[in-house]
Amino acid sequence: MTYDTIVIGAGLSGLAAGIRLAYFEKSVCVLERHTTIGGLNSFYRLRDRNYDVGLHAMTNFAIPGTKRGPLSKLLRQLRLRWDDFDLSPQNGSTIAFPGVTLQFTNDFAVLESEIARAFPSQIDGFRRFTAHLLAFDELALEQPELSARSILAEYITEPILIEMLLCPLMFYGSARPMDMDFGQFVIMFKSIFMEGFGRPHAGVRLILKKLVRQFKLLGGELRLRAGVREIVLDGGRAVGVILDDGTELAAHNILSSAGSAETMRMLPQSDAPQTSIEPGDISFMETISILDREPAELGNDRTIIFYNDSPDFRYERPSEPIDVRSGIICCPNNFQYDKPLEDSSVRITALADPHYWFDLSEEEYPARKESWRQKIIESALRFCPDFRSHVVDADTFSPRTIKRYTGHLNGCVYGAPRKILDGTTSVDKLFLCGTDQGFLGIVGSMLSGISMANLHLLKPDSEVATS
Amino acid sequence: MTPEQIRTVILDILSRIAPDEDLSDLDDTVPFREQMELDSMDFLDIVMELRKRYRVQIPEEEYQQLVTMQSTVEYLEPRLKDAESPA
Ligand SMILES: Cc1cc2nc3c(=O)[nH]c(=O)nc-3n(C[C@H](O)[C@H](O)[C@H](O)COP(=O)(O)OP(=O)(O)OC[C@H]3O[C@@H](n4cnc5c(N)ncnc54)[C@H](O)[C@@H]3O)c2cc1C
Repeated sequence: MTYDTIVIGAGLSGLAAGIRLAYFEKSVCVLERHTTIGGLNSFYRLRDRNYDVGLHAMTNFAIPGTKRGPLSKLLRQLRLRWDDFDLSPQNGSTIAFPGVTLQFTNDFAVLESEIARAFPSQIDGFRRFTAHLLAFDELALEQPELSARSILAEYITEPILIEMLLCPLMFYGSARPMDMDFGQFVIMFKSIFMEGFGRPHAGVRLILKKLVRQFKLLGGELRLRAGVREIVLDGGRAVGVILDDGTELAAHNILSSAGSAETMRMLPQSDAPQTSIEPGDISFMETISILDREPAELGNDRTIIFYNDSPDFRYERPSEPIDVRSGIICCPNNFQYDKPLEDSSVRITALADPHYWFDLSEEEYPARKESWRQKIIESALRFCPDFRSHVVDADTFSPRTIKRYTGHLNGCVYGAPRKILDGTTSVDKLFLCGTDQGFLGIVGSMLSGISMANLHLLKPDSEVATS
Repeated sequence: MTPEQIRTVILDILSRIAPDEDLSDLDDTVPFREQMELDSMDFLDIVMELRKRYRVQIPEEEYQQLVTMQSTVEYLEPRLKDAESPA
């Protein structure tokens, strides 16, 4: 048979795209190389405990029933209910820089009043900046590349405040080192500072399981351990794929969530595009410490703490194996759940140099990981209470882990610095969704899958040509 | 289907696309967009739901016929006159 569409990757974007296609009765097959779903935001079990790979918090929080905004759009498009995501709001988060902190919650007024308190001379500029940002159309699929830093500097004259605003938004969604594309900045500003954080009690597995169930109920086909080795072309047009085991599958369309450079590498050598696409190199190490009690009992009730120990924030591939000057401390327990989580944990994340971690031998790797894990925690303890005597288990992953399980070159989390917002490629009938299309994070990647399915594979007019 | 049955079908489609909207006092002569949160993605879904259920093809230039409940029902009446009403 010939599928209407083959989706490469069962991460959040691929599954969301799959649901749209299956709902409108397209024959669709989602292919995933790994043994499980989720990609950059997956889950696993280790020594009898459940772990999430990526989930710190879901951005774009909205209370159930809200009619506007990305989360509501997402649920409508996937025909899911608010209950399906079971989101509880955050307690509140902190941006901690030398000598100054800002708190924020899911109520934007809190951040405003914090800025008025800590930077009284800047609040008017900040309000004007917010007005400018609200007037910007960040979702347009055609956009000039603008520098968020230079636009911020037109309104805010205190350099450290600019860094403090950039810090959480870059950590949670910038593919570009040291600066952000302004469109991406606006998306992240709204999704983090204006809408805020939430988390499902059961973690990301709840969302992934809902997506897969919906996809299968609608007749979609999901194949695990089915990596795509090659995309088959016929006269410059994508017509199918060859799997790692040699199986050939035919399709009218291919939608890849593997990344742009990664997808181009699946093309037959002779057809490789002239313009080379550079993969990004922003990656992270994350260490998860399981505690014998809730972080709040140890004096930390913050949901996320974004910290940086110097006046400027270096968001880039570090020259050291890990950049311990800055990081993210996340406490999954610190959301307003109806009942406590089964396990208590603290997750700490810091920028990592992918090349260092790739080049280590199998023998060296575990010891280096352990020693950097301790350095990351020591550094983070300048910004939160010491929890080390309460750690009962731990797990740590590096860029090497991310690459192994998701195939992203350089273990890159937010993809290539240059996004392809309309999802087209140099190959006819081959489209991109997910990380390198440009909507990032959990909510963003699902919206990416939805928008690309709508734009290229479902529009009544686009169909005439294929059926 | 009768116009009344078509109206019921449209209401059902709207409630699937926008489950959080109260459709009980929808005014048939006022544009949908003025009464509920519908963006272009949702609009496309109305068209696609109709195609999925009744195989009616609505060309893009005719989307504006679907602006109010009244105009939608009028537009669909000849196209769905032979379609079976859902139970
Ligand atoms: C440590 C960490 C923390 C994060 N924290 C958050 C957070 O708190 N909040 C948030 O919103 N976001 C967070 N993110 C980001 C979020 O996880 C990603 O933006 C999102 O999951 C990307 O989804 P995707 O579908 O675009 O890509 P992916 O998840 O990478 O999906 C691509 C899939 O394609 C598969 N694949 C690749 N090549 C092939 C091939 N050749 N054949 C078959 N399959 C293939 C991969 O295995 C993968 O499953 C975090 C990410 C990480 C790594």
